[in-house]
Amino acid sequence: MAAQAIFDEMNGHDGRSRDAYRILQDWLKSAPPQLLEHRREEAELFFRRVGITFAVYGNTEAEERLIPFDIIPRILSGQEWARLSRGLEQRVKALNMFLKDIYGPREILRAGIVPPELVYLNPYYRPQMQGLSLNSGIYVQVAGIDIVRVDDEDFYVLEDNLRTPSGVSYMLENREVMMRLFPELVGMQRIRPIENYVDELLGTLKSVAPASSPYDPTVVLLTPGSLNSAYYEHSFLADRMGVELVEGRDLFVRDEMVYMRTTEGPKRVDVIYSRIDDDFLDPLVFRPDSALGVPGLIAAYRAGNVAIANAPGTGVADDKAMYSYVPDIVRFYMGEEPILKNVPTWRCRERESLSYVVDNLRELVVKEVNGSGGYGMLVGPHATAEACEHFKARILANPDNYIAQPTLALSTSPIFTEKGLAPRHVDLRPFVLTGRDGVRLVPGGLTRVALTEGSLVVNSSQGGGTKDTWVLSE
Amino acid sequence: MLSRDADSLYWLSRYVERAENTARILDVAYRMASMPISYNGVETNEWESALITAGGVDQFRAVYGDATPENVIEFLAFSEANPSSIQNCFDTARQNARSVRSALTSEMWEAINSAWLDLRRYKARSIKVEDLPRFLNLVKEASLRYDGSALRTMLRNDAYWFSRLGLYIERADNTARVLDVKYHVLLPQDAAVGGGIDYYQWAAILRSVSALVSYQWVYHQNLRPWLVADLLILREEMPRSLAACYAFLSRHLDDISQRYGTSGLAQRQARATHARLTNRSIEDIFQDGLHEFLQDFLAENNRLGQAISTQYLG
Repeated sequence: MAAQAIFDEMNGHDGRSRDAYRILQDWLKSAPPQLLEHRREEAELFFRRVGITFAVYGNTEAEERLIPFDIIPRILSGQEWARLSRGLEQRVKALNMFLKDIYGPREILRAGIVPPELVYLNPYYRPQMQGLSLNSGIYVQVAGIDIVRVDDEDFYVLEDNLRTPSGVSYMLENREVMMRLFPELVGMQRIRPIENYVDELLGTLKSVAPASSPYDPTVVLLTPGSLNSAYYEHSFLADRMGVELVEGRDLFVRDEMVYMRTTEGPKRVDVIYSRIDDDFLDPLVFRPDSALGVPGLIAAYRAGNVAIANAPGTGVADDKAMYSYVPDIVRFYMGEEPILKNVPTWRCRERESLSYVVDNLRELVVKEVNGSGGYGMLVGPHATAEACEHFKARILANPDNYIAQPTLALSTSPIFTEKGLAPRHVDLRPFVLTGRDGVRLVPGGLTRVALTEGSLVVNSSQGGGTKDTWVLSE
Repeated sequence: MLSRDADSLYWLSRYVERAENTARILDVAYRMASMPISYNGVETNEWESALITAGGVDQFRAVYGDATPENVIEFLAFSEANPSSIQNCFDTARQNARSVRSALTSEMWEAINSAWLDLRRYKARSIKVEDLPRFLNLVKEASLRYDGSALRTMLRNDAYWFSRLGLYIERADNTARVLDVKYHVLLPQDAAVGGGIDYYQWAAILRSVSALVSYQWVYHQNLRPWLVADLLILREEMPRSLAACYAFLSRHLDDISQRYGTSGLAQRQARATHARLTNRSIEDIFQDGLHEFLQDFLAENNRLGQAISTQYLG
């Protein structure tokens, strides 16, 4: 992790083109500059026409924004993907075993690996899940693991998203656009397909159906509604899977069974792919003011009459304080060394770490334990002295709420700008599906890119963009 | 399908159809108002009757005073106080469309979305009476495009049938109201004395349901009031007639009951009304009173809408 020249995924450390990018680079050299500009405009038109927008949907155009799309693909070699996918599978398996243990026998707490207060005082810990034995034994059916790299050796996990990870629709649409706009380039190499993601997702969801459900269980996707920022993705996935896109008011519970209101009368629901925060699932159990959820849903869930994916309470395993224990969690359950590395993390709840963090703020990235979307964080090297002082006071007032990490020399990947190709920092969110029948991964993920030169923040809510991600076959 | 999705599709189609009907009503008022008084009779206020046809006279009175052209145009085309104003219709239609995106084809979504974007460029108070035809044309084209894309791109399943039900309930309501507001000019005694003046009133009725040319093709003769009524009430080949609307309503309700394997009040009501429209002659209807007939029909049509809601959309 020592400071060094930034690793570019096309040009390496030394400007010599890396193998996976060779065909792309040759093609870029021979392509006339106007061609790229023209294709970029076409791509934007496509996204706008199809209405792939995010953020607030309302009555004015300004509220519907496009996530900027960059036309230069990000490429991983077959070997790189093989290593990465083994690591992802190992990590997600361990996290599922961890959740099963936490809500069950709690062996890991007794073994002293994870401090109990990190579990019990965690706002995402759900006592309602305690002692509940899930039919499938799976807690996290859909995980989005954020990956970064600093050289061509290692992959680092930046964050585990185990609640309602989003972005997979962009992964799929980005590929769709690239196939349409660059057929000649796509045809020059063997790119592993990802379009089967939706089938794999449906298969995963069906595999966790309750034992009492019919041979072909009824799956629905539960959305907070059309004002939600990820609504486009919800309707996209429901449409592609051919399942109903329901809101809380479309469902009701009778005799601990879940039904949806249809034009043919009530219809039994077996599996809910929930894109609603736990907090809002059931006003009888969680937030009583929630109008998004379904009264009685948790009772039906506890009775084993419906499956909810992801299970309530998975957030206990994905906050940033628990993150630093994940390598130990992997060792504990899998009995092997983690394949994916963690970014070194100082837990401000520990006295020595705290004093190190406040003394070295300028070199660190400080994050709120439960924050997400790039909010509530301090990027030391890019912050003013005043902002650092301000943040320091916040940390000292509530150290348990913060962790700190070194600022990584995140890898870059070229994007197409008005002045030609220019390197920008990227991350990668592969989606890991876990069903009763095992782990499924489609090769690739969503590459997010910080569009501003030098910026490390890739979140779409903070002006980040996306790219297509190609995994070449070996 | 989900009741909420069916409900959204049903109302989406109703609101698009309503916007188009309101546009036609305004179009006729504009034409009639621009005629010399001696041609359209001394006492008629065409803007006033536009208001009555489109509904919402009470709401209008609460906000505006006189039925001046500017006031009526604003109220029917733009007003937020009028839930059925053209702009409110498209707002509501788009909201419904967004909530059932996955049940719509992309062509239908684009039709609604681009119409909504186009219409937002027109603002209340900034439109002049002479800009009206262009605005109204935009509305009619939007509705045609929506309807055409539904017809050509939707799977023939319950989603399609519910969207059609909304359209025909709304259309039947509109045709009946257009006739009822003008029924007095269709009565025989008026015809006897009316002569040239009423000709334009009859033509206006036909024009407001875009049937002026069809009339000539069906009857091959000059405008006769009872034939105008015949065309708009009983002739199934006329796509906006009450009989045609009920032929479709009853067919699509049967499609639904066949698919679902059960039928109910909505099917029985639609069939009964359709039968009454096919077994009558226009002479019978005039004999019993055109106004009474139309009032009964409007109430029946409204009851069918409620029956569909309770049976499927609740």
